[in-house]
Amino acid sequence: MDSKRKKDSPESNELTRSSPFPDEVLERVLGLVKSHKDRSSVSLVCKDWYNAERWSRTHVFIGNCYSVSPEIVARRFPNIRSVTLKGKPRFSDFNLVPLNWGADIHAWLVVFASKYPLLEELRLKRMTVTDESLEFLATTFTNFKALSLLSCDGFSTDGLAAIATHCKNMTELDIQENGIDDLGGGWLSCFPENFTSLEVLNFANLSSDVSFDALEKLVSRCRSLKFLKVNKNITLEQLQRLLECAPQLTELGTGSFHQELTTRQYAELESAFNNCKNLNTLSGLWEATPLYLPVLYPACMNLTFLNLSDAALQSGELAKLLARCPNLQRLWVLDTVEDKGLEAVGLSCPLLEELRVFPADPYEQDVVHGVTEMGFVAVSYGCPRLHYVLYFCRQMTNAAVATIVKNCPDFTHFRLCVMNPGEPDYLTDEPMDEAFGAVVKNCTKLQRLAVSGLLTDLTFEYIGKYAKNLETLSVAFAGSSDWGMQCVLSGCSKLRKLEIRDCPFGNEALLSGLEKYESMRSLWMSACNVTMNACRRLAKQMPRLNVEVMKDEESDDSQADKVYVYRSVAGPRRDAPPFVLTL
Amino acid sequence: MSPQLPKPSPESSSAGLYFNDTELTLGLPGATKSGTKRGFSDTVGLNLRGPCNTDHASNPSENDVSGDSKPPPAKTQIVGWPPVKASRKNVAKISKYVKVAVDGAPYLRKVDLEMYGSYQQLLGSLEDMFSCFPIRNYLNERKLMDPVKGSDYMPTYEDRDGDWMLVGDVPWKMFVESCKRLRLMKSIEAIGLAPRESQKCTSTSGSKSL
Repeated sequence: MDSKRKKDSPESNELTRSSPFPDEVLERVLGLVKSHKDRSSVSLVCKDWYNAERWSRTHVFIGNCYSVSPEIVARRFPNIRSVTLKGKPRFSDFNLVPLNWGADIHAWLVVFASKYPLLEELRLKRMTVTDESLEFLATTFTNFKALSLLSCDGFSTDGLAAIATHCKNMTELDIQENGIDDLGGGWLSCFPENFTSLEVLNFANLSSDVSFDALEKLVSRCRSLKFLKVNKNITLEQLQRLLECAPQLTELGTGSFHQELTTRQYAELESAFNNCKNLNTLSGLWEATPLYLPVLYPACMNLTFLNLSDAALQSGELAKLLARCPNLQRLWVLDTVEDKGLEAVGLSCPLLEELRVFPADPYEQDVVHGVTEMGFVAVSYGCPRLHYVLYFCRQMTNAAVATIVKNCPDFTHFRLCVMNPGEPDYLTDEPMDEAFGAVVKNCTKLQRLAVSGLLTDLTFEYIGKYAKNLETLSVAFAGSSDWGMQCVLSGCSKLRKLEIRDCPFGNEALLSGLEKYESMRSLWMSACNVTMNACRRLAKQMPRLNVEVMKDEESDDSQADKVYVYRSVAGPRRDAPPFVLTL
Repeated sequence: MSPQLPKPSPESSSAGLYFNDTELTLGLPGATKSGTKRGFSDTVGLNLRGPCNTDHASNPSENDVSGDSKPPPAKTQIVGWPPVKASRKNVAKISKYVKVAVDGAPYLRKVDLEMYGSYQQLLGSLEDMFSCFPIRNYLNERKLMDPVKGSDYMPTYEDRDGDWMLVGDVPWKMFVESCKRLRLMKSIEAIGLAPRESQKCTSTSGSKSL
C-alpha cells in the first residue's frame, strides 16, 4: 500500500514537508480520529493531511446520497469498510414524497463491489433497497458484517432471507420502521446452524411470525448477542425462554406484553428479568397491561433508555414503573400517560436527558386526552438535564414554554408539535411567537428546532437573531410573509437543513438564500408560494445546486408545489423519475 | 386566517362517544351540545343537512390573524400532519369501533368497545345513545322468559362466524374480541335467541379475564 500511495501523490516527495512526521505516522495518528466532522476539518489543513486522512478513513458518512456519486467517493477514499447513507428528504416519512422518487442503493453497491470488496457495514436511512440489491450485497461482499435499514422501502422478507443465508460473518441485522413486504417469517430460519456471530438482531417492526424454534436456537448459539428486539408475535412465555438463553443482553425489545400467565410462569418471567443484570435499554411492550409490568421491576435499576411508545400506558402504571428507574436518561412514551404521568417523570427521573411524547390518536381532532403544557412544565422542574425533547400536544402557552426553558437552558433539540395547525396560545389567544423567542434566547446550544402553533414573522426574527448554533429547522403552517424566511436565512449562520411546508413564503424568500444554500445540505419547501420561474432563476444562478420541483396534479403551471434544493458535486440526477423536474 | 377548528370542550371526555366532525351534524342551530353524546330523540324529525362544517361551536370572536399561513381544509385530514411516522400509526391506543344498528332507526351509530370495561357500561351507553328505545337489560331480570313487551329491544351482536348472538353470554373480553357489529333487535324477533341461566350471566361480568 505504501508504494501505491507514493505513486498517487508524487508531489509529497518534492515539497518541503510541512509536518515533521513521516506519512505512515501521520496516517496512524489521523486514523484515530473518528468523528467525520473532525476528519473533514483534518483534510482541509494541507495536502499531506488531506492524503493521510483519505487513506486512513474507514467509515464514510453521506448525508444526502445525491450530493456526491459513488465513483467520486471511491476515488477519494480507497479503504472504506463502513458506509452510512441517507436518501430521501425527511418529509417523505409523512407521505409528502411520491413513491419511486429515487435514492436507490443499487448503483452504489455496484461501485462498492469493485472498489470496496471488503466492505463490512452498510447503514441506510430513507433509501430504496430492493431484494435484488440485498441478494447482491449478500453474495458479493464476503466480509459483510452489519446491515442497518431505517425507514427504507422496496424490499421484502425475501431479501432478508438472502442476507441470513449468505452472510457468514453477520454481527448486526437491524431492520427498523421500514415499508416492507412482509411475506412471512421464514427468513429467520435461513441463518445456518453453524452461524454464531450475531450481536445485534432487530426485527421488531416485521409483522409475520418467525419460527420460534429457529429463533430460540439462534439466540442460544450466538453467545455475543447484545441487542435483541423481537416483534409483536413473540409471547411472554417465549420471551422468558429467550431471556433464559441470553441473560447477557444489554438492549431488549419485547414482544407482546399481554398474555394470560399462570402464577408459575409469571414467577419464571420475573426471575428471567432479574437475571438480566446488564439491561440498559428496553422497548416493545405492546399492549402492556398493569398486571404484567411488575415483572420488569428487577431489571429497571440499570435502565438508561425506556421506550414505551408502543405501550398505551396510563399515568398510574407509568408512575409505578418509573419509581424503579432512577437512572433513566431517555424516555419515550405515548400521550396516554397524560400530564399526571409526566409529573411522575419529573419526580422519578432526575437524570433524564431526553423525552419524547408521541400522540396515541394523532388524527382525532377533538380528543381531550393527551398531554398539555402542564406535563411539559412538570418535567422541566424535575429534570434540569433535559436537552432533547419531542412533544406532541394539543395546547400550549407562551408562559409555559418560557418556564420550561428557564428550568432547562441546555436544550440542543427542541421539537414541539401543537397538533392543530395555527393553534394560538390557548390562554391568551395570542401567537406563540414569544414561546419560541424564549427558546432561542435561553438555549444557546440549540441545534435542532421544530416550531408549530400560530406563528407570525416575529418567531423567525427571533430565530435569525438568536439561534446562532441552529443546524436544522422544521416549519409548518407558520409565518406571515417572505420576511420571516429571510430572517432565518440571513441570521442562522450554521443552518444546514431547512424544511418548510404550508407557509406563506415565496420567491423573494427563496431567492434571498441564493448564497446560502451551498453551505447547507438541503432546503425543502412545499405548499408555499414559490413559482417555477423563481426556481429556474435559482438553478441558473447557482450551478452547483440541484433544484428539483415536483408538481401536484391539479396545480397551475406556474406554481412550484414541492421544491427540493441541495448542493451537489455530482451534477443533476441521472435517475430522476418523470415527476421530478430538474431545473 | 387561523383555521376554524372547534376547540375541544372539557366536558367531552365521556367514553369516547364523541364523534368525528365528518358525521352528519344534527344539532339544532345554536345548540350548545358540542362534545356531548347526541341523544337519538334529538335527531328525530330534523331536516338532515349534509356534512356541515359551519354549525359547530366556532366562536366568531376567535382571533382572525390576516395574511397568515394557509388554513388546512377544514375537517379533512391534511396529508402528513401531524408529522407522525407511518410505523407509529398502527401502534396507537387499541380501539375497536363497531356499528350499532337499531331496528327502525334510519341510520347507524358506532361505538368503541375498548372504551368499556363491562357489559353494564356498554348497555348504559347504548341506552343514552338511543334514549327513545328502551333496551331490555335482561342480565338483571329475574324472569327471563317474561312476555316480551313490544317496545323492548334486545342487544344482539354478530360474531366472527357470522352468527347473531345474544349479548352477555361470554366473558367481556371475549365478547370484545369476537364482536363484529351490534344490533338492537326488537324483542319479538329476538325470541329465538334464548338467554342462558342467570348464574352464567353473572359470570360474564368480565372480572376473571384480563
